[in-house]
Amino acid sequence: MSYLEYNVKSTPSGLSKVLYLNWGLTLLIVSVAGVGFLQLYSVAGGSLQPWAEPQMKRFALGLAAMLFVAMVPIWFWRNVSALGYAGSVVLLIAVELIGVEGKGAQRWIDIGFMRLQPSELMKITLVMVLAAYYDWLAPNKVSRPFWVLVPVLIILVPTALVLKQPDLGTAILVLAAGGGIMFLAGVHWAYFAVVIASGVGLVAAVFESRGTSWQLIKDYQFRRIDTFLDPASDPLGAGYHITQSKIALGSGGWAGRGFMQGTQSRLNFLPEKHTDFIFTTLAEEFGFVGGVSLLTLYALIILFCIATALATRDRYSSLVTLGIAINFFLFFAVNMSMVMGLAPVVGVPLPMVSYGGSAMLVLMAAFGIVQSAHVHRPRGRTR
Amino acid sequence: MRRQHRDTEFSHRKLSRRTLVVGGLQLGFVGMLAARMRYMQVEQADQFRLLAEENRVNIRLIAPTRGEIFDRNGVPLARNAPSYRIIIVPEDAGDVEEVIARLATLIELDPEELARARTEIQRTRTTPFLPVTLADRVDWEALSRVAVNAPALPGITPEVGLTRIYPRDADTAHVIGYVGPVSDYDLSRIEDPEPVLRIPRFQIGKVGLEAREEERLRGKAGAKRVEVNATGRVMRELDRREGQRGTDLQLSLDAELQRYVQARLTGESASAVVIDCETGDLRAVVSAPSFDPNLFVRGISVADYRALTNDDHRPLANKSVQGAYPPGSTFKMITALAALEEGLVRPNDTVYCPGHLEVSGRRFHCWKRAGHGHVDLENSLKQSCDVYYYDLALKVGIDKISAMANRFGLGIRHDIPMSAVAAGLTPDREWKQRVHKQDWLVGDTVNASIGQGYLLASPLQLAVMTARIATGRAIDPRLVKSVDGVETPVTGGGSLGLNENNLRQIRKAMFAVSNDRRGTAYRARIIDDAFRMAGKTGTSQVRNITAAERASGVINNADLPWARRDHALFVSFAPFDKPKYACCVVVEHGGGGSTVAGPIARDVLLQALYEGTPPLAAYPEADRNRIKAQQERLQREQIERAGTESGRA
Repeated sequence: MSYLEYNVKSTPSGLSKVLYLNWGLTLLIVSVAGVGFLQLYSVAGGSLQPWAEPQMKRFALGLAAMLFVAMVPIWFWRNVSALGYAGSVVLLIAVELIGVEGKGAQRWIDIGFMRLQPSELMKITLVMVLAAYYDWLAPNKVSRPFWVLVPVLIILVPTALVLKQPDLGTAILVLAAGGGIMFLAGVHWAYFAVVIASGVGLVAAVFESRGTSWQLIKDYQFRRIDTFLDPASDPLGAGYHITQSKIALGSGGWAGRGFMQGTQSRLNFLPEKHTDFIFTTLAEEFGFVGGVSLLTLYALIILFCIATALATRDRYSSLVTLGIAINFFLFFAVNMSMVMGLAPVVGVPLPMVSYGGSAMLVLMAAFGIVQSAHVHRPRGRTR
Repeated sequence: MRRQHRDTEFSHRKLSRRTLVVGGLQLGFVGMLAARMRYMQVEQADQFRLLAEENRVNIRLIAPTRGEIFDRNGVPLARNAPSYRIIIVPEDAGDVEEVIARLATLIELDPEELARARTEIQRTRTTPFLPVTLADRVDWEALSRVAVNAPALPGITPEVGLTRIYPRDADTAHVIGYVGPVSDYDLSRIEDPEPVLRIPRFQIGKVGLEAREEERLRGKAGAKRVEVNATGRVMRELDRREGQRGTDLQLSLDAELQRYVQARLTGESASAVVIDCETGDLRAVVSAPSFDPNLFVRGISVADYRALTNDDHRPLANKSVQGAYPPGSTFKMITALAALEEGLVRPNDTVYCPGHLEVSGRRFHCWKRAGHGHVDLENSLKQSCDVYYYDLALKVGIDKISAMANRFGLGIRHDIPMSAVAAGLTPDREWKQRVHKQDWLVGDTVNASIGQGYLLASPLQLAVMTARIATGRAIDPRLVKSVDGVETPVTGGGSLGLNENNLRQIRKAMFAVSNDRRGTAYRARIIDDAFRMAGKTGTSQVRNITAAERASGVINNADLPWARRDHALFVSFAPFDKPKYACCVVVEHGGGGSTVAGPIARDVLLQALYEGTPPLAAYPEADRNRIKAQQERLQREQIERAGTESGRA
């Protein structure tokens, strides 16, 4: 289906488009961001500075970006998907050359008013290009080896670049999001079965290789895994973060210790409490009730995206919406698993809540595409 | 078109199906996260809450105030006085070096202490809110200079603490000892040390009463619970439990008498003990020369310490309780009592003294070469005839003599809270067999009869012995009179179970020693009838006199080097008819007991009995001019000492 087949006349145009936004989704996003402001205010000891206020400003900017992206017809975004992907790859290469060192890895490009993380951009443009690819590809060719190989390469190029930064966490997220789109597009089960089986085999091989002459990963990487599996074995070193995080989360109890009353975060036992570990402060101060509430908001965002995707008959719109939802899901699922001690500490922020500009802006723009797909969905019978 | 439409329809359905699969997986994961959260926050909440509390709550000990020590009249002997120190909080100071430089222009900073402070500031760089001490024991004047210039000295604060002060410094140094900061050695010696000992600069008793009564004086540490953050900064105090102040002790000592005795012994290496014959209260326990215990509290300088340890008069030794000397002739009362109690001699029986006695082929000399002729009990004590006691001892045997000595507290460690209280030694057959693996020789008995040979006794033991002779009761010495205002019970005091007649004979003979014209201590007599003194001289050899020396004439003490001269001893009690105080004076290498130790004991007893300077009328007329000069000199000295004391307070 080409864009010419859209029923242009029945789609809203001009400023009236605003009325056709997915307002439920917008409300959910604003709510989650509001939780973020509240927690940033709390971890600063009851102050808008240094985190809550800048975050609000950035969110306002993000909201504007979302609206702008939403106003632009979805077929435009489909047409620039390949271009965006290519641009992201170029930026990823550029970050290798002129990137700013952050925590020992080259991840940022300073573009004046903000620091751009090309890997964040890549997560979205990858989803876009894959969605465009499967929109273009005849459905009966989807599972043919050659047509499987093409998206695999599209995924592996940025994955390799991100891995080289090195940022294992993001690389896995990029891989997972790409794989997710391929699965949604209808690639045969067998491919995934083979990949998952060999992945499991590889992990097993890595563990088997420990201490042998053909050891596959470095000793310090093994130690990191050890620390993840048993944080108590190194309570003052690498395990400190996760141990303190679990204490904070657990001590929240059913209803929490009260707003700004969390001792673990207030007394700085909690590391990175305004970024990666912000969920812990929420869980400490508002307990199980607070934690589950935020989790519910996240789940609702996913559900709204799925509903949007199912409602549209435009293949590109569906895939890009679902891809963005997968990305969003991976963000919070990995972050929460990490702070609960279910996953190693990989430096993934909590989406829309953690302090940080570029990740949120990119995410808001991505939601703009979801909104655009919703606003510009095909209406009436096109058959 | 048709086929394409079916394809599209088909692929759309497939997409929807797979969307539901992916959505289901996502929701499933969300459910798993919620379950995990429930497990941690509901099931394990208490456990994590406890860990969070452990993180945040720190217990800080509050050092208790040490109990103070007073004399029997309430004169403070050990007090707690405020001490000021200057601390810096690097975080508030900003440029630490600049602030220190400015401080150095105001007050004198010890380079050693400053170097230590700099290292500590470096070491605690990650916790710049922790105070570091720059100067300790700052005087009031320097403190006020710092206070006035406070605006120019950011991060600098004066802090007030308590430190131990001994107002009577050298007078009571040996009895009370001193405190000092807890050392690693101290900690290693104490089993399961109380946490309070780990408080920086916490002081504990090192020697003397301060060490022996440590437990009572220390008190109980209080504690405050504070909230700290991850770097250890105290955020606020949660609650506090005040500690318990240490117990105040009142001693039996009389500070004024103690000071007098200390002054009277000046120049000698000597010791004196005055004991109350009724209660066993120790009125004065003095060892000379003494030292200033306040130096040790502050941390004594190497030069000062070397001066103390290099002095051949050993100022640090507490001779009155830890010194063990051959009691010499002061032991003769014991030998006599042993024989009298066994009924082997009667007081009027005489022994002929030709100046020596042959015992199993060896010749034992009397101090008087010409001999005393026929002597009875009274004469033997009065003139201190040795041969009389050789004879008695051979009749009684060492075991009986030793047992009698034990009844008078010799060879027994008296239970008083001072350091290294000597047990002395009362030898017998079993002891020599056990320790030296040798048979007891009859010559050993002869030596022991006049307090020589293996016998050892401390001045404290000799004072107790004298008090027991004077009263016939088993007086125990008491140093701590009351604890927190509660009187310590007097122990002992029961009858010795001796024949009162025998004791009376002995006392009568002792009276003659210092009142009969031929008595060895006649020159040290008291002529005030209300306070007549009975006593016994003693001279204990610290060297062997060889046969060759004896042949050419025994060398006079004055001609010997100081360290080889005899020890001079004198035991006495007064008043004779109603004994109030007993006293023992030992002057190391002092020469003769009669000439050196006797007059000291007399002066001390008079001072105690008159509770101040005695009238000259108590002294023999011939001595009064000399005594007057001595009294004036001692009073001047005491006033000077009182002056330095008020300066300290």
